[in-house]
Parts: sequence; structure tokens; C-alpha cells
Amino acid sequence: MAETRNNAIYTRRKRRNAIATGLAFAATGFGLGWLVLILGVLLYNGVGGLSLSVFTENTPPPGSDGGLLNAIIGSIVMTVLAVIIGTPIGLLAGTYMAEYGRHDKLTSIVRFINDILLSAPSIVVGLFVYEIVVGPMGHFSGWAGAVALAVIVIPVVVRTTEDMLTLVPDTLREAAASIGLPRAHMIMRIAYRAASAGIVTGILLAVARVSGETAPLLFTALNNQFFSWNMNAPMPSLPVVIFQFALSPYEEWQKLAWTGALLITITVLALSILARSLTARKS
Amino acid sequence: MSDTTLGAAEASSRAAVTKRLRTTDILFKGLTRGAALTVLALLSGIILSLVIGSGLALRTFGFSFVTDEVWNPVTEKFGALAPIYGTLVTSTIAMVIAVPIGLMVAFFLTELCPKVLRRPIAIAIELLAGIPSIIYGIWGLFVFAPFLQKYIQPFLIDAFGDVPVLSSIFEGPPYGIGMLTAGLILAIMVLPFVTSISRDVFDAVPPVLKEAAYGVGCTTWEVFKHVVLPYTRVGVIGGCMLGLGRALGETMAVTFVIGNAHKVSASILAPGTTISATIANEFTEAVEDIYTSSLIALGLILFVITFIVLAIARYMLMRIQRRIG
Repeated sequence: MAETRNNAIYTRRKRRNAIATGLAFAATGFGLGWLVLILGVLLYNGVGGLSLSVFTENTPPPGSDGGLLNAIIGSIVMTVLAVIIGTPIGLLAGTYMAEYGRHDKLTSIVRFINDILLSAPSIVVGLFVYEIVVGPMGHFSGWAGAVALAVIVIPVVVRTTEDMLTLVPDTLREAAASIGLPRAHMIMRIAYRAASAGIVTGILLAVARVSGETAPLLFTALNNQFFSWNMNAPMPSLPVVIFQFALSPYEEWQKLAWTGALLITITVLALSILARSLTARKS
Repeated sequence: MSDTTLGAAEASSRAAVTKRLRTTDILFKGLTRGAALTVLALLSGIILSLVIGSGLALRTFGFSFVTDEVWNPVTEKFGALAPIYGTLVTSTIAMVIAVPIGLMVAFFLTELCPKVLRRPIAIAIELLAGIPSIIYGIWGLFVFAPFLQKYIQPFLIDAFGDVPVLSSIFEGPPYGIGMLTAGLILAIMVLPFVTSISRDVFDAVPPVLKEAAYGVGCTTWEVFKHVVLPYTRVGVIGGCMLGLGRALGETMAVTFVIGNAHKVSASILAPGTTISATIANEFTEAVEDIYTSSLIALGLILFVITFIVLAIARYMLMRIQRRIG
């Protein structure tokens, strides 16, 4: 009697375990399935439009063929500027947190705030830059777009810089101090060098993050149908062009949107894989 | 005598070098401190600019701004109820789906998966988080929404048509786009966040605890449910909150598929709007001051909500980190 009941419990527990295991397999398959599906659809729709003219011609008027040259250049210019503006600030702030104030109050506050900025909605960053740059300037501009992207770059760089500098062994710092090297020089000559792979990773991740960002550019850089190096004027970017073209009724535009989407995804995934391999080799 | 003068010259040049080194040291420290303060200034700047920008709308409409459903640029009457409602509904759908699935994926990766496959699968799941949101948007609009419209939504409408409460939740024609579609896409986007943080905290459970549970004859699932999960609860909640923060603020993916309708509908199949989608869709068209200000007020509400959610997330994650050490 007791034995059959025990057996029943035993069977039930085993069955539950089997169900849970099955669900775990299914959940993982579900997650991986989406990745395959999204990338597959992207390749299927995007590769067809991939041709030299995508890189040599500007965005076309509705109903005719063209490329994405102005959008690609706009994206590159604004991303590069955002990295030039954002990286030094992020790098120095991360340095303060890991080297000078590792245990002080300011660091823990900055770390907390930075983590929130890291995942704050990017559309809010767009509103912020609209208020402080577009409003006073009186018009949309490439500068505003670059500043908006820089605001997104900073927290990424702060975070990785702090993490990577914290990993540098203290014995290196002590060795530098023991031969009389001042702290600033120890940081620049020793700590930065030891953490260089990690810091570069942070910058790559920031570029990856920024190159797909659309929301902060919508009302800072706006868009531009023409090729332009003028940072004082509205500037096109790949994500914004995709947004506009995908929602348009024109088939040529939708096709270009898919091609642009493929280009962005390849760039972003390549950057994040590169960043990963950099740190993986280091450790 | 020449020896002593040389010494003096050298001493003074050494003093000069030391002084220079000290100056760079102080300068560099000041510079890094300034940069750290810039991060704080950035957040204060964002809050301040949103508060100032939204002043006009909040003064004009007062508290009714958050309780009013009407959003009419022509009569210049703005209420944020519909976007707030849409944001909450889509995020809820996303979390209801992403949390259990994300936890099961983390369970798989930490307890069941063969060692060789762990890293590749974990990276693949994390790549989902790396795909830019605009890609989810274009994919959702052209692939996912038509699929839902053709297969899933008619099924839901049929299946729940006669069930009392559910019939109003799954009511209406299958548009394809709408709150359910947005919620499902958000679920896919949030999934990697839940998985990656859960996996990190599950991995940090002391093996002794698990071994003890296995020792008294627990199954893998029982060890997970009764040992791993209770031990890491704070961290898991933190990870989910982090995902929620992303779902609340996500813009592009939602803008494509939400339908941009300022309406509070009980049916999740109906088109709606979210705070971020409203701002993305309408900001450049807003010419009147009160319109712009109302949109910025929406941004302020969004920022306050996500700030609270993210602050709780960070607090929880800090607690679990302290426990794990």
C-alpha cells in the first residue's frame, strides 16, 4: 500500500521533471528560433537589393531607383563625431571611478546614475538634445544628432572603462608607485595599457549600440534627401531613412529599407562579435 | 665648488620635474572628477530639460493630463491616458511572455545544456539583444504582423469569442498591427535581458547547496525550483525589472506595429499607441507650443516611470551582488 503510494509520488516527480526539462528545451528553441527567423528574413529581403548602386547613389525620390550613399555617410559622420565627443568623457569618468575614487560616495552615485542612463529610453535623449541643441540653434542639424548619439555613447564607455580598470591587478599599480611614478602617469602608462583591450571593447560596443539608434535622431538630425557634409543642416542617417522608407507605400523605398536594415544588422553584429573576441582573447 | 653648483642646478631641475609631475597629477585628477560629475550633470540636465519643456502642458491641463483620453491637435486638447495605457499593456504582455520563457532558457543553460554548447547558445540569445530595434520594427511590420493577422488573431477571436471576459480582450477584426503584436515583439526583445541576468545569478549559486539537494534525491527541476530560484530571487527580479525598463521605453519596434491610435481599448488586438511611439510619430509634426510641450510631458512621464523601474532593478541587483560577493 505504502509502496504503491511512494511509487505514485516518485512517478509524478519524475514526470514533472521531464515536463520541465522539455519546456526548457522548447524555450531555448523558441529563443533561438526568433534569431534564425529574423536574420533569415533579413537576408532574404535584403540581399536582393544589395548592389554597387546602394553605395554610390543617394536616396531616390519616390518611385525611382537609387542607393543609400547619403544615409550611410551621414550615419558614419555622426557616429564618428559621437564617439569623439563621448569617449573622452566616458573614459575619464570611468577612470575616476576605478582609480581615484574607487570607494568614495561620488563613485557609487555616479555608478548608479550611469547604469540608469545606460538603459534609459533613447527617445528621451532625443527630447533632451532637442531642448538643449535644436531649440537654441533654431533648426535640426547633424551636430544635434551627433550630440544625441554621444549622450548614448558615454554611459557605455563609462561602464566598460570602470570594469576593465578594476580588473587591472593592484600589484601593477604598486610597482609603478614604488618607482616614484605619480598616479596620473601610472594610470596613463600602466593601467590604460593593461586595460586597453577592454577599453577598445567598450568603444566598439558603444559604436554598435549607436549605429542602430533611430529614436534619438528623429528630431535632432532629422533627415535629408540629399548628400551633405554640412553639420549645421539636417543630416540623413541609415536608421531614419529605413524608418521613413519602410513606412512608405513605394516599393522601391521599401526594398531599400530592407537593404539598409541588412547593412545595419551586419555592422552591429560584426562589431559585437569583434568586441567579444577581443575580451575573450585577453582573458 | 663646481660640484656644489652642479648639485644646486640639478636639485632645481629635479624640483621643476617634480612640480610638473604634481601639476599633471592634480590636473588629471580634476579632469577625471569633472568627467564623473558630467555624468551626473547629464541626468540632471535630462530631467531639468523635460520639466521645463513640459511646463506649459502641465500648467494648462494640470492633473487631467494623465487621466484624459482625448488627444486632439486641432482643438489643442491633450490627455496622455491612451499612451500611458498602451505602454503599460504592451509591457505587461511582453513581461508575461518573456519572464517564464527567459527563466526556462536560463534553467536550460545552467542545468541541462552540455558544456560545449553553453557559450554558443548564450551568445546567440544575447545577439537577440544586439539587433537594433528598428530591425524588429521593420520585421514586425512586414513579416510578423501579417502572420498574426492571417493565422493567430482569427484563431484567438474564434477561440475566446464566447468566453465572458476574454471575449472583450480578444475582440475586433484582426488588424495584424496593434497592442498584442507590439507586446509580442517586445517580449522577444526583453527575453535576452531576463535570460542573461538570470543565467549569471544562477551560475553564482554555491554548488554545495545544489549538491546537498541532489544528495537527498531531488530531481533537476526540484533543485532549480526549491534551491536555485529562492536563493537568487532578488537577482531574478532585478533582471526582470531591467527588461521591463527596456520594454517601457522601447520606441522604434513599437512605432512600426502599434497602429498609432489614441484610444483606450479593452481589446489587445486593437491598435493603440505608447508614450514613445506617440513622441516618435508626432514630434516633428508638432508646430504649436502646446503640442510640443504635451509631447515633452509624455517624455517626462516615461522617464519618471522607467527611472523608478530601473532604480529598483539596480537596487535588487546590488543586493544579490553583495550576497554572492
